[in-house]
Amino acid sequence: MRKTIRKRFWVWDFDKEEKWLNDMSAKGLQLCDVGFSKYVFEEGLPGEYVYRLELLDNSPNHTESVQYIRFIEDTGAEQIGSLMRWVYFRKRAGGNGFNLFSDIDSRIAHLNRILLLVGILSGLNLFNGVNQISYWFSSGRLFSLITGILCLAIGVLIGYGFIHIFLKKRKLKKEKILRE
Amino acid sequence: MSTENIALTEAVYYTLLSLYSPLHGYGIMQKVEDLSAGRVKLAAGTLYGAISTMLEKGWISALPGEKNSRKKEYEITALGKEIAGNELLRLRELLANGELIIKGVEK
Repeated sequence: MRKTIRKRFWVWDFDKEEKWLNDMSAKGLQLCDVGFSKYVFEEGLPGEYVYRLELLDNSPNHTESVQYIRFIEDTGAEQIGSLMRWVYFRKRAGGNGFNLFSDIDSRIAHLNRILLLVGILSGLNLFNGVNQISYWFSSGRLFSLITGILCLAIGVLIGYGFIHIFLKKRKLKKEKILRE
Repeated sequence: MSTENIALTEAVYYTLLSLYSPLHGYGIMQKVEDLSAGRVKLAAGTLYGAISTMLEKGWISALPGEKNSRKKEYEITALGKEIAGNELLRLRELLANGELIIKGVEK
C-alpha cells in the first residue's frame, strides 16, 4: 500500500530530511518516489533501506550526472527519484552500510555545491528587493514596495540558510586540520 | 611535480594499491576494505571523486571495456606506481620516527 506524505524541508536542512527518511524506513515506510514537498512511501520491512541525498553539479539527466548515478548504482544502491538537482539514493541495509562520502574533503565539496546554490538565490532576492524598494522611492509605486519587502524577506531567509551551511563547512574545515 | 611534498589521502593511497590489478568501482571498495581488514570503508561518492581526479592526473587509466559490460575497469599507471612508491617512502619515515620516539621512550 502506498502512502503520500506532504512535508517540506529547507534545502539547507537536507541532513534533517535524510534523517527523517531513515526514521520512516525504521518504521517500515520505504520512500519510493519524491515530488515537490511530496513523499511517496511503500510499506516494507522496518529498516530495510538506508537513504542518502545529494545535490549534484548538474541536472540528473546531464551526461556527467548519468555517469555518476550509474557508478553509485553499480555499488549496489539505487536512485529512487530526483528533485531539481537533488538525487535520492537508497541501498539495502546490512553489508557495509551506505554512505556517499567517507572523508571530510568530499563532504566539504558537497556543502560548497549547496552554498553556491543558496548563495545565488539569496543574492538575487536581496538584489531584487533593494532594486524594487529604490524604485518605490523614486516612483511611489506601492506594488514595488510590496515586492521589494517580499524579496528582501526571502533573501534574508535564504541568507540564514547560507550561514547555517557555511558554519557547518567551517566546522569541517577545522576538523580537517587534525584529520582526513 | 616530483619536488612537491605530498601526502596522499587514505582513500587515494588504498585505491592506488587496489588497482595493481584491474578493478571496477565496487571492486575497489571491496578490495580496500579487505586490505585494511574492514577498517577503511570507501563511500561511493568519495571514491568517484578520487577516481576522476586520478584519471585526470594520469595516476590510473580506464581500461577499454568490453562492449557488453557497463562497468568500467581501472588500472594503475606507471606514474601512479611512482606516486605510490613515494608514499611508501614517506610512510616508512613516519613509521621509523614513530617507533624511535614512542617505543624508544618505553624501553
